[in-house]
Amino acid sequence: MSQLEARSRGRFALALLPVFGFLLLIGFFAVTLIKEEFYGHDPSELPSAMIDKPAPDFALPALLEDRPGLARADLGGKPALVNFFASWCAPCRHEHATLAGFAASGRVPVLGIAYKDKPADSRRFLAELGDPYQRVGVDADGRTAIDFGLYGVPETYIVDGAGKIRFRWVGPLTQEALEQEILPRLAALGDK
Amino acid sequence: MRWLVVLLGLFAALPALAVNPDERLTDPALEARARSLSRELRCLVCQSESIDDSNADLAHDLRVLVRERLKAGDTDAQVLDYLRARYGDYVLLEPPVERATWLLWFGPGAVLVLVVLGVGLAALRRRPVAPVPLDTQERARLDALLRDGS
Repeated sequence: MSQLEARSRGRFALALLPVFGFLLLIGFFAVTLIKEEFYGHDPSELPSAMIDKPAPDFALPALLEDRPGLARADLGGKPALVNFFASWCAPCRHEHATLAGFAASGRVPVLGIAYKDKPADSRRFLAELGDPYQRVGVDADGRTAIDFGLYGVPETYIVDGAGKIRFRWVGPLTQEALEQEILPRLAALGDK
Repeated sequence: MRWLVVLLGLFAALPALAVNPDERLTDPALEARARSLSRELRCLVCQSESIDDSNADLAHDLRVLVRERLKAGDTDAQVLDYLRARYGDYVLLEPPVERATWLLWFGPGAVLVLVVLGVGLAALRRRPVAPVPLDTQERARLDALLRDGS
């Protein structure tokens, strides 16, 4: 009788196994959902495939008369921030003050790439909001952006002294993102 | 009559093609390859659409890029590798079969095999209970019934 009981108890545990599996799955989905709520983690945000790879080869014409364009040869030597922007992009407008503040600190050069924008519009954008860039290149057909693995503006890349891409920030650069993501990484690269 | 025409028109409505006429290649063989490649590539902006289906600006640029690479003599694999180098495996709608994706590809099949094995073993282990033989009374009654029935 006791043997029979033990066996039926074992059966019962076995029958509960799918239920536990299901609860585990629900827990996994819940954590993934809640993560966005609490940490501001956007699940549609993609990791860059270019991290720790050398920056792609490019040579972009200058946007402004008083400043040179941007080419691969200008990267490397010391860390720099490469920022893709466009006058038609609202988040770019939003991040501009943060970018300008960082550029004013003079910590590392901030280099601009105008993504698929009419040069006259880009110039007006910078005249209106201020110009944080040491150099600004015009990526009229967006090919350089594709070589960087960009999928939307604005995006900001940290390129290290060896010319390698070390970090990408997707979306507008907030003060918080600057302090928590960008500055510590620049410090680790020894920008001072 | 008119509603019939409208109804037919509704059923005949086809999904609009995202591929613009000016993107198409004149060589039909190359264009066919470009189309099939485009269907395998994810639009990074919309993320659940292929670049063949998407109207996003980036999808357009990538379609043009795919056609340029094909015209330059790239194989299909080279075109895919070109984009994978920039956007990672995520750009492929179908993840590649490699060590990191074995669980994804073969996990469901493995679970199915395990379940079938488990259920099969359980069925085999359940031995049939030998029927209790009829006693003499039952035997006599059965015989009587069989006799009367014939």
